[in-house]
Amino acid sequence: MTSGTDEAGRAAARVARDSYGRLVAFLSARTRDVAGAEDALADAFAAALRSWPRDGVPLNPDAWLLTAARRRQTDSGRRRQTRVAAEPHLRLMQDEIEDAAMHAESIPDRRLALMFACAHPAIEHGMRAPLILQTILGLTAADIADAFLIAPSTMGQRLVRAKTRIRDTGIPFRVPEREELPERLAAVLEAIYAAYTKGWSEIDESGTPPLADEAIWLARLVVSLLPEEPEAKGMLALMLYAEARRAARRDEAGGFVPLEAQDTALWDLGLIEAAEALLRDASSGGPAGRYQIEAAIQSAHTARRLSGAETWPAIIALYDHLLALTGSPVVVLNRAVALAEIEGPEAALAAMAALADEPRMQSYQPYWAARGHLAVRAGRRDEAHEALRLAAGLTTDPAIRDYLFSRLAALRDD
Amino acid sequence: MRYMMLIHHDETALSQAEQKQLWADYAAFNDALAKAAGGETGVRLQPASAATTVRATGDRTDVIDGPYADTKEQFAGYFFVEAADLDEAIAWAKRCPSHRYGSIEIRPVHDPKSGW
Repeated sequence: MTSGTDEAGRAAARVARDSYGRLVAFLSARTRDVAGAEDALADAFAAALRSWPRDGVPLNPDAWLLTAARRRQTDSGRRRQTRVAAEPHLRLMQDEIEDAAMHAESIPDRRLALMFACAHPAIEHGMRAPLILQTILGLTAADIADAFLIAPSTMGQRLVRAKTRIRDTGIPFRVPEREELPERLAAVLEAIYAAYTKGWSEIDESGTPPLADEAIWLARLVVSLLPEEPEAKGMLALMLYAEARRAARRDEAGGFVPLEAQDTALWDLGLIEAAEALLRDASSGGPAGRYQIEAAIQSAHTARRLSGAETWPAIIALYDHLLALTGSPVVVLNRAVALAEIEGPEAALAAMAALADEPRMQSYQPYWAARGHLAVRAGRRDEAHEALRLAAGLTTDPAIRDYLFSRLAALRDD
Repeated sequence: MRYMMLIHHDETALSQAEQKQLWADYAAFNDALAKAAGGETGVRLQPASAATTVRATGDRTDVIDGPYADTKEQFAGYFFVEAADLDEAIAWAKRCPSHRYGSIEIRPVHDPKSGW
């Protein structure tokens, strides 16, 4: 997704995305026309992605993009003819670009407002993350479609429909009022976190996969624009804990390595330190929400593996807290897995028994994987065999499938 | 923007409501709506049992005794609001007592100046 191959190239592409997102947000907040703003800047942005990594970043990136966009707009009568209906929008956009280019130094950052528009409750739930990735980062529909396992043409159509909806229904471009902020911020964070988890399962040799990288960048952006919101910090901390362990999640042959077996020398201690600092900062900011608690659980796992500290009881307590907050069956599952480390596999399987009737769990891969591993430890071979097979059948990750088959083979050899 | 707010009632739930309180709530809501810019009192329809539907099928036109669709919630009335954005319209829907007895669909009114 970045056109430069070296670090300087990536940094230049990052500046281009930064500037592009700010301009799309600024223009669309003025004209209410996200697609029009993207259209107006598309060619200039493509030119920036080509030339900045090669020739260096201009002194004023916003002004560069605006000038390129203005030049493009004035000589593209061709485009206007093909979109007669959109002409008033384009003219308005051109006026806005003229204005903005004259005062490029003072363009306010409206990206947060645009993110709130993209994650508005009136926008289809599954499209909120793709919309943010496209409008704020300038990712193409094809890039996004890949990560969300949707055909590029379908993703393109749904993105267009969502942008039309933002304009036609009058979805506001602003940070919600205090009383509405927690709920609406949760939707923004959820969308960014969804982008991160899509990126998390991709692994490639070069390190962090592009989408996870972009999601972390978005989380940093939200933290910097809303420094008073502890949940945003909690979410960023949660991502950084996961990111710190990325290199240790696969062995040299590409095989899956579970947390307890990871080589902690491969962990990125800098990222862990940054996550710890964010979490400390967040917890001084008021009652803990979902992301802060999940980050605290990751902090406890990290401390146990790094220093051998006994953190399982703390982890159980954190899961109790999270369960009270969310009532989620996934939390029941994770709590049961942690319980196995204190009270043994039988106690954990008993704690999971309530989930057997949960329809969502039937196709939830981690549920069957956990049941399988616990049944192995409890010596329940038939049950283990069935659960591990189901888990292998449900995973989309070949490394995890191989891992599960190796566990099945070990079960047969016992 | 101008929004039409389409009220759909679950008539059973509505009939079970404490009527005196309901109409007091409605009177207060109508006052608030009238005071707000562009707000005008809405229109309340007779129950769905009074509906007649005309529908063309091929070259035949049927007149049907009853509402457009036989659903639990029935179209019951409407009001208009002039709002800066969807969030303001949503706030009006949440203020309207009817949302407790069914649903309120928010539809932006077509603006002929928008070009199509």
